[in-house]
Amino acid sequence: MTVEHDQDTKWPGGHENSANVLNERRSLSDEMSDTEARKVLFARSRRGFLLGGVTALAGILGWRWMPDETKVGFLQKVFRFNEKVTSAFYRPAHLAPEFPAEKITRPARVNGMLGIENEVDLASWRLNVGGIPQRTGDLVLTMDDIRRLPRSECITEFKCIEGWSTIVQWTGPKFSDFVAAFTPWRSPEEMPPYVSLATPDGGYFVGWDTASIMHPQTLLVYEMNGEVLTSKHGAPLRLASPTKYGIKQLKRIGRIDFTNERPQDYWANEGYDWYSGL
Amino acid sequence: MSARVEEKHRAPIRWMHWINFPLLAMMVWSGLLIYWANPVYSLRLFGREIFYFFPQGFYSFLGIPYRLAEGMQLHFFFMWLFGLNGMAYVAYLAISGEYRSLLPTFGSFKRAFRVALYELHISKQKPPQGKYNDAQRIVYTLVILMGAGSIVTGIAIYKPLQASLFTSLLGGYEWARWGHFWLMILFAAFFVVHVVQVVLAGWRNFQSMITGVEIIKSEGSGE
Repeated sequence: MTVEHDQDTKWPGGHENSANVLNERRSLSDEMSDTEARKVLFARSRRGFLLGGVTALAGILGWRWMPDETKVGFLQKVFRFNEKVTSAFYRPAHLAPEFPAEKITRPARVNGMLGIENEVDLASWRLNVGGIPQRTGDLVLTMDDIRRLPRSECITEFKCIEGWSTIVQWTGPKFSDFVAAFTPWRSPEEMPPYVSLATPDGGYFVGWDTASIMHPQTLLVYEMNGEVLTSKHGAPLRLASPTKYGIKQLKRIGRIDFTNERPQDYWANEGYDWYSGL
Repeated sequence: MSARVEEKHRAPIRWMHWINFPLLAMMVWSGLLIYWANPVYSLRLFGREIFYFFPQGFYSFLGIPYRLAEGMQLHFFFMWLFGLNGMAYVAYLAISGEYRSLLPTFGSFKRAFRVALYELHISKQKPPQGKYNDAQRIVYTLVILMGAGSIVTGIAIYKPLQASLFTSLLGGYEWARWGHFWLMILFAAFFVVHVVQVVLAGWRNFQSMITGVEIIKSEGSGE
């Protein structure tokens, strides 16, 4: 019915029609009567509008009829898919940018008191570590044990899942130095794939993948912006890392467990991405 | 009277155009669910706030508050479809040669000025009109670039550590988020103008985006 015309096809409008000037790939049918043309248009309209209408309707109805649980279940699977895709690009040697001291956000923003609503009793605080091979029961550590570890420092951008960010100076041992000192593991590959952390009261708990928590900028922090960690920021010991959103950087750590099972995570249970990796 | 049938919009263009509509809508909607959690931007002129994004009434009217998790679920699913559709569109333009009707040419910027004068009823002289006129060429090309910009700024704030190269090239995390937000505003503005223009252009033009064809009368005014 339609034929591809030669370059010299005259489009209506002469040189004012860019199809005549430029090499536009459009095709024009041969001359036909008005009635014929209307017939062609009618057939195309019926087809186009029907196909488009049915597709649109199927999409809308499908989305509306799909039960919320199915939808959420599917979207959670997409989170896992995204985790697989993006963690494949994860490189432990790839560091987050560091900032000069004058860029530090002051005063530091406080957000979220889950699991640390009560005042902390620093004298009785202990860090309980579970899941270390060839050990029966937890390894129980004091702050002095932690302070003896090599001290690291980095000024990085802290990112909240809400969308804001601040620049913070974190001080304390690398999580990897903690692992090196208190466990038999010598590389992340030897370790179980997950780490679980919780506040002493168990009111807040997060799950980490081992690769991210062993990142060289993931620290067990006891000083923030050059001062001893305050209660609101997670005294005596908290986690800090540019590899995850703030929801994963647990304050007032009471327990650490190395585990083969993907740990429960407070905000993942509320529908957030378990991985939440940056 | 005789007529010719013009094959104006080929099927892949039409499909990708219409598929993009709900996908972009979903990206904007889920983006708003996310943005609500940290709504910090406003339109400022000479240091004065003209409009704050967004007034409380906007959120409550649309039922946006406290849906951050849902917003992230939707955003990080539809991003794949939006990105793939956009890339397929660009690939198709390149392979099929359709880009010739779309990309601005050397004279486009000058002629687009004529389009503006004509559409504002300042000039009566009709500007050259192919499949698209020169203003359309410029704007439709910009929209594709905006899509690319949304993907790049999106990656920069989605994975600021892994994609730290993107993030730092964009001036850091905060600026990347700022850019991502304003690209959304530009998309919304484009959408409004686009719909108005399509309404003004009339049914014959609109139906061609669905059927692909437009009838050109051989006698009379033509296009």
